[in-house]
Amino acid sequence: MGKRVGVEVSIALADAVKLADADVIAAYPITPQTHIVEHLAELVAEGELDAEYIPVESEHSALSACLGSAAAGARTFTATAGQGLELMHEVLYVASGMRLPIIMAVANRALSSPLSVWGDHSDAMAVRDTGWIQIFTENGQEVVDQIICAFRIAEDPNVLLPVMVHLDGFNLSHVIEPIEMPTEEEVCDFLPVRRNPLTLHPSKPVAMGDFAPPVVYTEAKWAQEQAMMAVKPTILDIWDDFAKKFGREYKPVECYKCDGAKNLLFTMGSFSETAMTAVDKLRDAGVDIGLIRLRLWRPFPFEEFRAAVKNAETLLVLDRCISSGGPGGPVASELKAALYNEEKKPKVVSFVGGLGGRDITVAGFEKIILDGLELAAKGQEREYEIVGVRE
Amino acid sequence: MQNLGVYASRLVTKEENFVPGHRACIGCGEALAVRLAAKAFGKNTIVVNATGCMEIVASQLPYTSWKLPWIHTLFENSAAVASGVESALKVQMRKGKIPQEDIKTVAIGGDGATVDIGLQAISGAFERGHDFLYICFDNEAYMNTGIQRSSATPFGASTTTSPAGRAKAGQMSWKKNMPEIAVAHNIPYVATACPSYPFDLIEKVKKGLATKGPAYIHVLSVCPTGWRCDTEISIMLGRLATETGVFPLYEVENGKYKMSLVPEKLKPVKDYLKLQRRFRHLKPDAIEAIQSRVTEEYEKLLEKAV
Repeated sequence: MGKRVGVEVSIALADAVKLADADVIAAYPITPQTHIVEHLAELVAEGELDAEYIPVESEHSALSACLGSAAAGARTFTATAGQGLELMHEVLYVASGMRLPIIMAVANRALSSPLSVWGDHSDAMAVRDTGWIQIFTENGQEVVDQIICAFRIAEDPNVLLPVMVHLDGFNLSHVIEPIEMPTEEEVCDFLPVRRNPLTLHPSKPVAMGDFAPPVVYTEAKWAQEQAMMAVKPTILDIWDDFAKKFGREYKPVECYKCDGAKNLLFTMGSFSETAMTAVDKLRDAGVDIGLIRLRLWRPFPFEEFRAAVKNAETLLVLDRCISSGGPGGPVASELKAALYNEEKKPKVVSFVGGLGGRDITVAGFEKIILDGLELAAKGQEREYEIVGVRE
Repeated sequence: MQNLGVYASRLVTKEENFVPGHRACIGCGEALAVRLAAKAFGKNTIVVNATGCMEIVASQLPYTSWKLPWIHTLFENSAAVASGVESALKVQMRKGKIPQEDIKTVAIGGDGATVDIGLQAISGAFERGHDFLYICFDNEAYMNTGIQRSSATPFGASTTTSPAGRAKAGQMSWKKNMPEIAVAHNIPYVATACPSYPFDLIEKVKKGLATKGPAYIHVLSVCPTGWRCDTEISIMLGRLATETGVFPLYEVENGKYKMSLVPEKLKPVKDYLKLQRRFRHLKPDAIEAIQSRVTEEYEKLLEKAV
């Protein structure tokens, strides 16, 4: 059995990477991700983790080094945030297109300009379509558990895709939480040594990343997409096995007080726990409200999401990102798309808030819920509402 | 040995690691240079290839000309990818995940990938001291995209983005000295080579591979398409580049310069320029400016050499 410790989430995340016995870590420092790679550097320097730590000169090179490392068969980890993730952008497509099981923690951060080191989901939404499996976490325990699961998911022969584990910058990365750290034996038992079906090695020369003329490219991308759409059962199996071994259950879509609720609030990431408290308070006051959260963002769990909202009349969606000049919240528009063909679908009220580290308190969520219900009742006129902006 | 020129070729392995069937242009100096370098690599080498001519020429799905483990990812990151490959091999051997053996990592790229967009990743990899060889196959422009200037394009050359016109006489800045930039990183081995001197090229690649730590080789690769020259004079043009001092062959081992070939007297640069229609617009004063720059650079190099 693991030990329950009070620890900063970034440090616990790095310890989880150590438990996974990563071979290569390449990283470039960027707030609010730095504590993760600093602690990993310490673990390597102290000899507690036998890994090659590559202190690269940019995020672009961080992911590029990870690419080479994963292609050569090593268990590979990196972490980044905000601008760093954007600098990696083109390499993200290469990693997924080459089916390389790289694990990346993203301490979600707003994007410049204006410069902001604080949390929101703009960085994650900008890389939505890069072909990475993406998991959002809402507390420190989930971060640790999902990092361990991520290695097993990525390296599963049925998957072989890179995985991003998202944790909110500062709101989650820098808080100290009680976390049950699994033991080395438990992780060893859960996460087998990576067996590589195809790697760069002279014993069996392979060519990776050849160029595809128009007669081949579509087929290659379609094959990749089919692989992506087929990974959900494997992820569910791995989460199932995790629950059996560690006693903590994870689902692609999580419901809180949704039973019989006609109105649902939708969140992703660490704000979910604040939202729960607001839901509790309003429920006590007799308001009909439940909360659903998405853990698995890519591949999008259409089935589970539709099932979770099938009896709802109103869906209030909070986005921590703006799709500029577009329909407001990228998550809200995605949810609308997922519901478009349903015969019975809830009204969707889109909120954008919590940008660049702006906090949303329990009272803030109560206001979002009450305003949202009012807007839904009278019919929403605008594409989205912005939360807490000072006029 | 009197007949060295005749017998030396027999000492080179017949085995090809970069095989025919690729789609390089006629007279391509780069494809020849890559073939010679690949002979020197041997079997135990992993090749990381930046975007450029060689990636397009030799790796169209479902074909490949590479008999070695080979990876292409992007234009600017081959040195960073090679850093990852080298580190992965090292750690997996240390941890017993793969058998201990001597596997070399080589990154290759054209001049655009090397002197322009990929310079940062190369600098980073050199500074970190990864044990790999980087080879730049320099054909002096972005030939793969259609002869646009790079910072390795020589002064005066007309390219599609530095065209010679009524107001401008082609490329208006001097070629970036990448070997010197490599030397400035204090890496243990830097060399220049040209496929017109095949044995010298092979020896230098072998030396670069045997070097512990980063090594850099800058290979002048004549491009008849981009240089607007006759296809059958590629080899001669490569020799002329050396004989005129435009592209001197030398090595820098642990900071010590050594000339590989010192012609008794340098031929005039105009002999080299006149065979390439990319320079045909040049007026005598421009040719003179090039000549004096070449002489000056060559003499500076000779002074450094022991």
